[in-house]
Amino acid sequence: MRQNVLEMRNITKVYPNGVTANRNVDFSLREGEIHALAGENGAGKSTLMKILFGMEPPSDGEIMLRGEQMRFQTPQDAIAKGIGMVHQHFMLVPSFSVAENMVLGMEPKKGFSVNYEEAVRMTQALSEKYQLAVDPRAKVESLSVGMKQKVEILKALLRGAKILILDEPTAVLTPQETDELFKQLLVLKQEGHTIVFISHKLKEVKAICDRITIMRSGTSAGVFDMADVTEQEISRLMVGRDVVLKYDKVESFYGPPVLEVKELNYVNALDKKALNNIRLSIRAGEIVGIAGVEGNGQAELVRALTGGLGGRVKGSAKVNGSEIAGLDMRSIRELGISYVPEDRMSQGAAKEESISDNIISTRYRSKDWNKGLFLKGKSIVRLAEKLIEEFKVRCSGPAQPIGMLSGGNMQKVIVARECSTDPILLIAEQPTRGVDVGAAQLVHQKLLEMRSQNCAILLISADLNEIMELSDTLYVMYGGELVASFDKPSEVTEEELGLYMLGLKKQQGDHTGRGVASDAQVL
Amino acid sequence: MDSFWSVLFSTDFAFSVLRVTTPILLAALGALISNKAGIVNIGMEGTMLVGALTGVIVSAYTGSAWIGLLGAVMSGITLSAILAYFTLKIKTHIILGGIAINMFASGGTVFILYLVSGDKGTSTSLQSKVLPNLHIPLVQDIPVLGPILSGHNVLTYISLLAVAGVYYMLKRTPLGLQIRSVGENPQAAQSVGISVAKIQCIALLLSGFFASLGGAFMSMGYLSLFTRDMTAGRGWIAIAAEALGGGSTIGTFIASLIFGATNAMANALQILKIPSELIATFPYVATVVGLLVYAMIESKRKKRKKGI
Repeated sequence: MRQNVLEMRNITKVYPNGVTANRNVDFSLREGEIHALAGENGAGKSTLMKILFGMEPPSDGEIMLRGEQMRFQTPQDAIAKGIGMVHQHFMLVPSFSVAENMVLGMEPKKGFSVNYEEAVRMTQALSEKYQLAVDPRAKVESLSVGMKQKVEILKALLRGAKILILDEPTAVLTPQETDELFKQLLVLKQEGHTIVFISHKLKEVKAICDRITIMRSGTSAGVFDMADVTEQEISRLMVGRDVVLKYDKVESFYGPPVLEVKELNYVNALDKKALNNIRLSIRAGEIVGIAGVEGNGQAELVRALTGGLGGRVKGSAKVNGSEIAGLDMRSIRELGISYVPEDRMSQGAAKEESISDNIISTRYRSKDWNKGLFLKGKSIVRLAEKLIEEFKVRCSGPAQPIGMLSGGNMQKVIVARECSTDPILLIAEQPTRGVDVGAAQLVHQKLLEMRSQNCAILLISADLNEIMELSDTLYVMYGGELVASFDKPSEVTEEELGLYMLGLKKQQGDHTGRGVASDAQVL
Repeated sequence: MDSFWSVLFSTDFAFSVLRVTTPILLAALGALISNKAGIVNIGMEGTMLVGALTGVIVSAYTGSAWIGLLGAVMSGITLSAILAYFTLKIKTHIILGGIAINMFASGGTVFILYLVSGDKGTSTSLQSKVLPNLHIPLVQDIPVLGPILSGHNVLTYISLLAVAGVYYMLKRTPLGLQIRSVGENPQAAQSVGISVAKIQCIALLLSGFFASLGGAFMSMGYLSLFTRDMTAGRGWIAIAAEALGGGSTIGTFIASLIFGATNAMANALQILKIPSELIATFPYVATVVGLLVYAMIESKRKKRKKGI
């Protein structure tokens, strides 16, 4: 067996806000392997790699590099020890040439000047050695995404990287570019480099990696030789519930359809089909859940329904018969639609403003809350006080700036605002992400209460617990499509769901007809 | 009308364009460097003013124009160092810091002037020195060009050399590369071990250096004394010139010349029967028109980029 070039032992990372991102994680790399680091969003992959690259200090644990204990304070320390990282968001200066980007911070000199010819020569030499063809004189802003990625890899190699961390390198690539990247990674491997390949695309992981470490909920769910593990097993280990929540769900009597989405299509700026023929309907008193790994079109679907995509979205989305595709958010809200956005800090709340101002922000135009020029201050405070009590928001009062509250309490205020306008349709996007258990339960109970009051609810969540327990109908989204639907979500197994979420399986035919799980065919 | 054109097409006018451009150009080069590093130094006006006063006082007390110039430069760098400390070290907003410098300079120079000379308006009681004018042999004998190019203040020549120097520094040296990378993508710069704060601090010091050179020219070349608020908005015009120049050294030079020309025109046309109040607005109207044109070109360029 080849020697371990790197060992991370017992790594624990607790952030100051109390979130544990890594718990006693062991991670090791053998010299010259391509090692997959797989896991869902929020499983702790990025945190682990940030610790390795010196971007975050670990709360506990040790890093051994070639048998020597390391303590990286900054990425520079890690780079000096031969660790390089290619970030998802490229660290390049757009107006510079490739060669200038390559040598930035370590410029070869001739007198007072940068020796540009030398920089070009260094770039060329490295590019030939590793078969990563780039034009050293081309401006970075004119390059394709795939090319930029090559420049990033070369940059790391120029700085002496022997261990290369690639953070979801294929997420931005076309299939052809992905194939090319894989060839180049194999060349790097032959040259003796060790590569960490962060991904949740199982087919890719299977195609190129030697071993895999699977992360789940901040812990390592195991390390395997790729030959010894099937895609199904990986999926089962990646996707799973740790604690099963149970709620008393009353039988609901569905009313007529409130939201009807037909043939919704959207092609994004990268020419990718982010929404592919989405068909979906939600009845009054029904919770429709959409599960999926992030980045598979859920965000685009929500934006299409909340005015975020404007006229670029094709197809129809009707709420009680009126078309909402292409309307702005204000008109959409006026039709009785509420929206709990995923990002509460920038989209959900105005952080500097008071709780009561935030609550009133969606309804201040109504005659109930203003009398011409002035707002009805007393009624607004009464409303805020009522909601604070009802949602058990821990705060000093309605006048406290919402940004001073904890994440959970802030989310309670937002959910309170959205639920208290008697909406006919509520769109809840990751409504309990990053909030404490108590707040999450309160939000869940509120959603069920809204359901029994005949509100139609669209729930988008990466949290399987939440989505399986609350949904009456569950769809899985993958690659911009609804690939599966289930009528009894709580009876679906997580393994089954994982196969759809990771694109290993797809139901055939039309899903709007509330397809049954038994229609499923393994691709 | 004949006299109008004869004024504009005289060698005297062309000479005065270069003269009037000097303080604007120097400060604009300073603004260019700090903007390239992604940190907008709006304290240029105040820094110029402090440089102008310091030059006068130091030269009066030492009897040397050159030591006076050194003093002016030191004051400009010190003021920028204070701004850098507040902005980069204790993270106050750069705009607030810039405003503070401008207000401090506007009031502080009058206060110090009064302490030193007993006068709140001008420094006539101080025996301050003036930087020399240079008559360039050979060049001064060329017809037409000679009288335009020769006989300027030494700082005018320095400002023209500085255009080449700043161009070279930004384009070709490691420092220039790092300044531009910090301004364009600080994360990228940081990821390769460049200290963003350090580079921005250097850029701010350089901007203070150039602003104070411009200030020193005002009181030790353009005029031979300090008067209150004598920079009269040139620091702001310099910032506008940098913007109009599209963030390039050559563009900044050309834009400074344009503002210099309108300034010179305002001076030259005072002999005609046009109301002097109207003429005095020329440079400022030119600034507004210039920025408008710049904004229009810029938005068109962005639209075209989006279209692709």
